[in-house]
Amino acid sequence: MHLEDLADKAAEFRAEEAAVEQEIRVCVAASCQSSGSVEVLAALRQAHPDGDQSCKVKGVGCMGLCSAGPLVAVADKGGELVDSILYRDVTPDDAPDIMGSVRGAPVERLRCPTEQPFFSRQHRIVLENSGIVDPVSFKGYVVAGGYAALLQAIIELTPAEVLHEVTTSGLRGRGGGGYPTGLKWSTVAKMPSGQKYVICNADEGDPGAFMDRAVLESDPHRVLEGMAIAAYAVGANKGFIYVRAEYPLAVERLRTAIRKAKRGGLLGSKIADTEFSFEIEVRLGAGAFVCGEETALMASIEGLRGQPRPRPPYPAESGLWGCPTLINNVETLANIPPIIREGGDWFASIGTERSKGTKVFALAGKIHNTGLIEVPMGTSLRDIIQVIGGGIPEAKAFKAVQTGGPSGGCIPERHLDIPVDYDSLKTLGTMMGSGGMIVMDETSSMVDVARYFMEFCMTESCGKCVPCRAGTQQMYGLLDRVARSQATRADLSLLEELCEVVQATSLCGLGQTAPNPVLSTLRYFRHEYEERLADASARASASRSHQDE
Amino acid sequence: MPLPAIQPNVRVVTLKIDDQDLSAREDETIIEVCRENRIPIPSLCHLDGLSIWGGCRLCVVEMEGQSRLFAACSTRVAEGMRVRTNSERLQRYRRTIIELLFAERNHICSVCVSNGHCELQSLAQGCGVDHVSVPYRQAPYPVDSSHEMFRLDHNRCVLCTRCVRICEEIEGAHTWDIMGRGSDCRVITDLALPWGESETCTSCGKCVQVCPTGALVKQGTSAGEMVKDQQFLPILARRRHAR
Amino acid sequence: MNAPARIKVATTWLDGCSGCHMSFLDMDERLVDLAQKIEIVYGPLVDAKALPEGIDVGILEGSISSEEDLEKAKTFRQRCRLLVSLGDCAVNGNVPSMRNQFDLEAVMDRAYRENVTLQPQIPTRSVPALLETVKPIHGEVEVDVFVPGCPPSADAIWFVLSELIEGRLPDPSQVTRFGA
Repeated sequence: MHLEDLADKAAEFRAEEAAVEQEIRVCVAASCQSSGSVEVLAALRQAHPDGDQSCKVKGVGCMGLCSAGPLVAVADKGGELVDSILYRDVTPDDAPDIMGSVRGAPVERLRCPTEQPFFSRQHRIVLENSGIVDPVSFKGYVVAGGYAALLQAIIELTPAEVLHEVTTSGLRGRGGGGYPTGLKWSTVAKMPSGQKYVICNADEGDPGAFMDRAVLESDPHRVLEGMAIAAYAVGANKGFIYVRAEYPLAVERLRTAIRKAKRGGLLGSKIADTEFSFEIEVRLGAGAFVCGEETALMASIEGLRGQPRPRPPYPAESGLWGCPTLINNVETLANIPPIIREGGDWFASIGTERSKGTKVFALAGKIHNTGLIEVPMGTSLRDIIQVIGGGIPEAKAFKAVQTGGPSGGCIPERHLDIPVDYDSLKTLGTMMGSGGMIVMDETSSMVDVARYFMEFCMTESCGKCVPCRAGTQQMYGLLDRVARSQATRADLSLLEELCEVVQATSLCGLGQTAPNPVLSTLRYFRHEYEERLADASARASASRSHQDE
Repeated sequence: MPLPAIQPNVRVVTLKIDDQDLSAREDETIIEVCRENRIPIPSLCHLDGLSIWGGCRLCVVEMEGQSRLFAACSTRVAEGMRVRTNSERLQRYRRTIIELLFAERNHICSVCVSNGHCELQSLAQGCGVDHVSVPYRQAPYPVDSSHEMFRLDHNRCVLCTRCVRICEEIEGAHTWDIMGRGSDCRVITDLALPWGESETCTSCGKCVQVCPTGALVKQGTSAGEMVKDQQFLPILARRRHAR
Repeated sequence: MNAPARIKVATTWLDGCSGCHMSFLDMDERLVDLAQKIEIVYGPLVDAKALPEGIDVGILEGSISSEEDLEKAKTFRQRCRLLVSLGDCAVNGNVPSMRNQFDLEAVMDRAYRENVTLQPQIPTRSVPALLETVKPIHGEVEVDVFVPGCPPSADAIWFVLSELIEGRLPDPSQVTRFGA
């Protein structure tokens, strides 16, 4: 298939639906499904008058405002989400009303205004098709311009030119580390040719994070397209998507997408009559958080016990079965097609000096608008939480926001104005992480938060290295003592000492960052620890010092 | 990670370890160079002749110009490298790691068959661990006495995986492996069958000899009687890799 | 010229086998020298009935297993300038702590019911109540010097005492270890 053929195909698919003017879009991503959107979709299909060609009822991916699901949007064909009429908390009983409103007045009782900042302040690149395109439809993706970037890359560009665009874009790894994607790709590309692999890391495991799940469920073809472009650039012919088995819907949609893309000639051997061949296989994780670490993930794909090994050698040099391997996260790969389509300079014009593009965040916890948002890098935390997220419910006061999952930290009120980018978050003792944001209000205890994350790290430690295996055990025990008001000042200093040792000596990122939630809550909320100490004198001095602040 | 075969044409580099100027083949790791030059670096999982594991973290060293630490067993030397093996900070970290091990399972030396011949015990002494400041976990682990010649006491296991590696890499039986996560990890024979029922175990006893503690011992030994012999390993390993 | 004031030493055993005190006696003729420099004001080796105040060095053998052990450890800590954990039981719990893997109730049953043929019963009088968990001394009170060993050799004890007499804080890892 060539670019023109793809354009023809898109036109042909479009013609099939020429009569359609209006679309009724029902979110069928996991969150809305769990609140009954499949039934809503069925009811709407039933209410849809036979022979009405001008209106189409379809399932789409995530529209973001998960807390208001099931969401249904009535829009002009191919129209943007912000321009649609959006309905919230829809039940199957509402189907006739919604159907009736298509050419009439909107159903006011169900309206969810799209003028609100939650929608209007977003900048959707990764999620551009999400909520618009049917995730199980290959045609839908092609009509939306999908796979054009892949064909453009393999037909019109050399691998070096693709690398150049990605490097120019300034894209950095979205899995948390923030390593420059272009640099990673070039390293793999420079390895001697031979068997190379591309891996998509879809083992999203941070508590409260569901960005990658939404991308996979809402727009799976985009991830495949990103992988194929990456494979072309680095000279790989085989790809793996390592996705956690806890995401059955994502797995199903990925498998469907791979099948359809192959049938459409966009995966497989000699794509578009070029020398480029690329196959993708889905591999399921068996529920270990540590398998999100790249060396553990590769061991797991190889059929070995999923545990990390020392680096170097890095995967770029010696990865899957000893071959050079490129490993990127879902969101990173989802950014690739638009970068090729619009050019690296376009991407680099979005975001901040050192963090380019947009970032998808999953808002969770004590916040009005729980759900998924995509904003330009550099948006302030205050904007994200107070404006886009709609602030804290029940008129409670904001206390802290946790970013970066079990590897990250808590940011207090006084730092809310910092721009969200890789480097600013690091200076605050936390990290971008994969994009989970858990908001806490005045009722949350920061000791409990630290204990929760430490328990997570303890149960997810693979057990290979001593500091992580035994250190997280001990830190959890000490945090538990603090939480139960049984700890002494000596326990607190022991906790801090263990944090230092585990951070400095652990084998992999999981262990090295496991103390972060403790260190950051100690940094900003130390008084909460001291108030809970068992020795009365320590408590008294804690409350004095807190008052002095 | 498999051991690299010794190649005839490797370059020699010079580096500085604790202010000593040293030369080394560029395919050597820091710990190998230290062992050659009698620079003491503690380690529990590393053993000359077995593949690199990097799990005990006792061998971490400081590298000039780098803020993070490096495990000496899994870091290859490089030209101009400057390594510190024994700073105040490293000593403190090592003591903590040893204490964490002692607190994790039951390592009561006085009644152990390996008393006096145990690597964990002598590391504790060498690193100045005279007590354990973290609370003892007090979790009971089983003992497997089903093998007619050997015994496995999980209470004394430090999960260094020397047994797993020697069985796979030198004996070629792969009887041993690990199950579970975190502190619940256990070395297992076959698919967690009792050792005595293992169909793959050749009863060669290599695992027993390389076990650093009293976790793998000969049946019939009493406190302090289990003396281990690890001399055979480097010799066997060299012959294996020379082929 | 007056002889320099002897340092005041008190010793006692908690949950231990008294082996460390025996090892102390194994210093043999060095005990004579020692008697010039230290005064044992309390302990199983002397006749004093009560622990005085103002002790320079307190030496504890055994781990903390009962309420009485805990009380003794606390009193020693209060009245001694320096506290020494002597032997593995004091330093790391050693053999007494091996019961920690079982419930206290199961331990009592085993000792007083299952293994007893004549009138099996759990004692309630004149035996101090056992604590749920056996701990080393520093698990309850602060300790200044740790002398591991089961028991620490007479040489090790001699070394530690000599250093203390000279006013130095000894590092016993040079002369002893866990299980020595």
